Amino acid sequence: MDLEMNLNASHSMGTTIIGVTYNGGVVLGADSRTSTGMYVANRASDKITQLTDNVYVCRSGSAADSQIVSDYIRYFLHQHTIQLGQSATSKVAANLIRLLSYNNKNMLETGLIVGGWDKYEGGKIYAIPLGGTLIEQPFAIGGSGSSYLYGFFDQAWKEGMTKDEAEQFVVKAVSLAIARDGASGGVVRTVIINSEGVTRNFYPSDKLQLWHEELEPQNSLLDLLNSSSPEPMNI
Amino acid sequence: MSSIGTGYDLSVTTFSPDGRVFQIEYASKAVDNSGTVIGIKCKDGIVMAVAGLAADGRQIVARAKSEATSYQSVYGEPIPVKELAERLASYVHLCTLYWWLRPFGCGVILGGYDRDGPQLYMVEPSGISYRYFGAAVGKGKQAAKTEIEKLKLSEMTCREGVIEVAKIIYKLHDEAKDKAFELEMSWVCDESKQQHQKVPDDLLEEAKAAARIALEEMDAD
Repeated sequence: MDLEMNLNASHSMGTTIIGVTYNGGVVLGADSRTSTGMYVANRASDKITQLTDNVYVCRSGSAADSQIVSDYIRYFLHQHTIQLGQSATSKVAANLIRLLSYNNKNMLETGLIVGGWDKYEGGKIYAIPLGGTLIEQPFAIGGSGSSYLYGFFDQAWKEGMTKDEAEQFVVKAVSLAIARDGASGGVVRTVIINSEGVTRNFYPSDKLQLWHEELEPQNSLLDLLNSSSPEPMNI
Repeated sequence: MSSIGTGYDLSVTTFSPDGRVFQIEYASKAVDNSGTVIGIKCKDGIVMAVAGLAADGRQIVARAKSEATSYQSVYGEPIPVKELAERLASYVHLCTLYWWLRPFGCGVILGGYDRDGPQLYMVEPSGISYRYFGAAVGKGKQAAKTEIEKLKLSEMTCREGVIEVAKIIYKLHDEAKDKAFELEMSWVCDESKQQHQKVPDDLLEEAKAAARIALEEMDAD
């Protein structure tokens, strides 16, 4: 067992990130764990980052790499918006990220999911995994936790969900991944983007459904000593 | 309107005392001496082109192609017409800033169909660029603009527009003064599937015939 923790190791976001389209927009979801080896450097991170008013990106992989890529693209998109005279589209944002990811593939280690809404195409999700491919999909999953979700999505995903259905679906999926992936954890954050704007939601761990073999949260096992139950060790 | 800026017209980096840059005005004269080119934006598309020094025109077109391709590579979508017009105008203007470059001797009418619909822009040798409903450059541009203003463009389809444009060009052509002319038309509209193409031969012939008839009717008065 590795007891020697390198607390100065680079921060990686084990992560579970998800983006789904629904009838009218997109829902992005993510966990909130940033780890440095075995140590959880930040248990409440926000992995869903704003690029423009109408385009957000879910970040996974190296925390530093994903942050710097987001910063560059936010800068380019800002200039592009000024030149164009109107909001950038999600396709443009995704393409710019893809160019940076692909052309610097030897140096970067970051998987991103871009989600946004524009008046031409409506809600769109673009996945940009490690090598820098760009693929437009009705839904996308990424990060270490996503391995545990492929079967779930195959079975439960459907086109044209309502906004609330889609959000509950995303929360459920992230929560399932957190249950099985050691590198994902903390809270579930969601961002909903549609023609009306952007809504951010937050689901603390105790609000999430419990899955197979998960225990109810307890404040302390010492409470059992003070309880009036005749069989204190009977869990 | 024509004045000689003796002494102040030798370089594009010289202003005259009354605040004019004569070299740019002379560049516009090069355009004015060429054949007339008209562009109009109809309900469903653009009917239009380049007038002036042909070699300069070719340079501008090459630059436009290059800007469009580079935009597509970086942003992943076709260049909006507004963006292309601005880039071209910037480039044309650039050539009016340095003494070792001469201004372009051509005016460009740029017609395009992007996701915001059909749009018409004109770029002049000075680098000015505006969006238009109808525009004309070249020899008969004043008369052409007068004729264009009589048209109800927002209610006209491109098919009808082609006929109207032909009539205007024929009307402007002065038998006595000008040489024989060849009418070429291109359009980008719903009928051409938002792609730029030469107006189909049958429609072109129909337009020419209608124009000739209109001329005869005028002469008959």
